[in-house]
Amino acid sequence: MTGRAVPFMTIAALGVLLCAGPALADVRSDAKAQVEFGIDVAQRGLWREAIYRWEKAVEIDPAYAAAFNDLAIAYEHEGQLQKARKAYDKALELDPNNTQIRQNYELFKEINDRTNQGKAKS
Amino acid sequence: MTGRIKGKRSLSVALAALTAIGAAITIACGPDALEIPIETPITPKLDVSPFQRVLVAGFVAGGSEDVDANQETVRLLRSQLRTKSQLKVIDADVMPLLDIVQEQTKAASPPLIEEPAVARENVPTPGAQGGNGNGTIAGAQSMALPKVIKEEKDLEPYERLFANTAYWKKIGEEYQNPLIVTGTVLFVPHSSSGFVQHDQEVLDNFGRRSVRPMRTYQERKGFILRPKFVFIDGRTGATMYSESYREEILYSAQQNTPALSSYFELMDRLVPNFLSALSNQKIKGTRVLLK
Repeated sequence: MTGRAVPFMTIAALGVLLCAGPALADVRSDAKAQVEFGIDVAQRGLWREAIYRWEKAVEIDPAYAAAFNDLAIAYEHEGQLQKARKAYDKALELDPNNTQIRQNYELFKEINDRTNQGKAKS
Repeated sequence: MTGRIKGKRSLSVALAALTAIGAAITIACGPDALEIPIETPITPKLDVSPFQRVLVAGFVAGGSEDVDANQETVRLLRSQLRTKSQLKVIDADVMPLLDIVQEQTKAASPPLIEEPAVARENVPTPGAQGGNGNGTIAGAQSMALPKVIKEEKDLEPYERLFANTAYWKKIGEEYQNPLIVTGTVLFVPHSSSGFVQHDQEVLDNFGRRSVRPMRTYQERKGFILRPKFVFIDGRTGATMYSESYREEILYSAQQNTPALSSYFELMDRLVPNFLSALSNQKIKGTRVLLK
């Protein structure tokens, strides 16, 4: 690579980032709208609708840890423990230092382990 | 001098403005985390669909003399099952399983019932499985039965009763093939001493309160509860599932808590686990939704 090519590449990369920035922001705001709607309906006890919204949110923005966290909670509430575990795992993979996600996951694990423990003993 | 004061004032005004703007943004956007109550449904560990009825037969019980652990456990489980399961609970006399095993052993062989004080170094491990057609225990010669249950080891020779399929099948036929719940319960006094950590409120020289962890040496006494629940198919007499638990409670030595109330306190912790073996349960909790 020549000395002249380096600044050019840097400028090009910055350009791509600047162009992609608004697009990424759009994706997140669309996903966030779904998450907020999901929270609203979950508070009214409409968990299936919430699942639909949060599934949509993670489809729009697969890097949205909070959406995976909320989806995991909804799966837990519906008794779909396998799906809940997967969603929690994904949420923690995306945001490993989030204490609230970790706390939710620990509480979930306590229930899930107890269920599996009983089944293993039979 | 005046300029300095003016500068300080304008800084605090700016800070106040920033705080107000921050608060306004938070209010406008709402909090990013929201605690929500959830109920996680737990599917039962056992398939109880072939049964319409449940018989809580009785328990081989021992330990504290202050509590009849057989009677109390049967009573408690029946009342819980009546309200929290779909199965019809059979009202029958509580089976004195301790006596039943001893009678079966007598019928099968010359008496081998031990006095509790007798040393049991040469007692073989439980191995007599199954039963003969009469419901007596085959191979009973190899097992000595302690007359009184004082510790966990004393329960072991009685465990063969649960493997006596002929006996349980007979009981099943008598009650129209229910799901049979039986097992062992050991409820023993327990004491322990050592350092216990507790929080203590202290006042400093300015009268401000704060909480500090304090470690004190304490003599404590309480109880240990060790139940084993055995679920038997009344149609075949075979064990479907069994699970064991251990719970303990300790109080300060000065506290005089009746044995029966400790028993209920400990059973209260175990009942949800027992129920989750045969009926749908919902575990209540809270989680944090995030935006």
